Amino acid sequence: MNYTLDFTPVIDGLPNLLWACLGTFTLAISGMLLAIVIGIGGVILRQSRVKLLRWLVIGFVELIRNTPFLVQIFFIYFALPLAGIRLDPTPTAIIALGINGGAYAIEIIRGGVQSISKGQTEAGLALGLHKAQVFRLIILKPALRTIYPSLTSQFILLTLTTSIASAISAYELTSVSQRIESDSFRSFEVYFTVTVFYLVISWVMMRIFAFFSARYFSYPLR
Amino acid sequence: MSQVRTSDNSIEPMISLSGVGKWYGAFQALDSINMSVAKGEKIVLCGPSGSGKSTLIRCINHLEAYQKGDIHVGGIRLGHGSKVIDAVRREVGMVFQQFNLFPHLTVLQNCMLAPMRTLGLNKPQAEGRARTLLERVKISEQAEKYPAQLSGGQQQRVAIARALCMRPKAMLFDEPTSALDPEMVKEVLDTMIALAEEGMTMICVTHEMGFARQVADRIVFMASGVIVEEAPPAEFFSNPKHERTRKFLGEVLGRH
Repeated sequence: MNYTLDFTPVIDGLPNLLWACLGTFTLAISGMLLAIVIGIGGVILRQSRVKLLRWLVIGFVELIRNTPFLVQIFFIYFALPLAGIRLDPTPTAIIALGINGGAYAIEIIRGGVQSISKGQTEAGLALGLHKAQVFRLIILKPALRTIYPSLTSQFILLTLTTSIASAISAYELTSVSQRIESDSFRSFEVYFTVTVFYLVISWVMMRIFAFFSARYFSYPLR
Repeated sequence: MSQVRTSDNSIEPMISLSGVGKWYGAFQALDSINMSVAKGEKIVLCGPSGSGKSTLIRCINHLEAYQKGDIHVGGIRLGHGSKVIDAVRREVGMVFQQFNLFPHLTVLQNCMLAPMRTLGLNKPQAEGRARTLLERVKISEQAEKYPAQLSGGQQQRVAIARALCMRPKAMLFDEPTSALDPEMVKEVLDTMIALAEEGMTMICVTHEMGFARQVADRIVFMASGVIVEEAPPAEFFSNPKHERTRKFLGEVLGRH
């Protein structure tokens, strides 16, 4: 091995890389928010009395969980324009991440909802609350608390999956680093730095999740 | 605080069931139940497990659907429309065996939730009402705690207060002391006795025969989904008419 490390291209590209980190962060957070909306909405529809709605949700979950994310993002970016829906790379990536994460979130949150005892629903109904209020005010929070660890690890995965958005040149860390690497051929230095950056981003995400956990899910259980 | 309401027509029973039948698939859980509860009356429902007594009171606020007969609560026929069901549920409080307090809300919030969401009380009104009733079940100092921080007996008293915050016309108790450690049974029964003395209409499913003797106007004995016998406590305990009642009393009273 006779390789001399030279971080000059990385240092020169540092402002770009840091902005790209912010891009990754934005994709991840936006994707997560969309995933939560889809997750909770999907769980509600999944419990609907209308059979068609239940089957639509089941079909959606199966479709998304059994196909590659790269294909999903290509479908939105390259195939939908043929149907007249044309989106820029970043919105495409956010929607793809949200849909993908949402499908997993539906299954995770559904597990949480099922874990809440029937007595909770009955107590709410007996007080004259209607079903939607029972779900929103009584079931949802304890359910989310139960599955919070699974949901956060799914969302860390979603954060790391943002790198696949480089395939459609969305503005994020992997695509920016690819550009620096192909200009400088400093593969080791570039990807070493990027690895560290992803670690930091994941760590920040975990801190954010821990903050929300302490803020909303710290009521005593025993 | 009095539960007496001047607007009620006192001739009409508070709760009446006529010919109520319920099936779980092929299994008949309730068979032609007829029962009438006057305003201010206290009924104790007892019977062996699986006799349908819980199912019966759960039909009264439609936590269980029934297939035959009629139930009237406070003059409203409990049909199957959700508006009517919600209206009846607001008039009838329920206390469960497992307390079913909401774990993510404080004691105070547990008591304020439904009055704010269904009766349209604002926050100060709901809080005032909640604190008054927590005082009445002698637990006001725990208002800011979460359910998990309370003992079973305390949780059940909060559950009673939570139900009372809706200012119900009647209260249903579904084995309220069965999940409690023995030393906590008394505090809950005392709360229920106080409520009875204030004139609340009550239907209690319970095995606490001491409570039944002290509080009940009538004891209704059920077995296999039918009402076998009903009588005032003195008569019920001293002179049970049916063999099944005698057998049940032998088992329940023999335990003490």
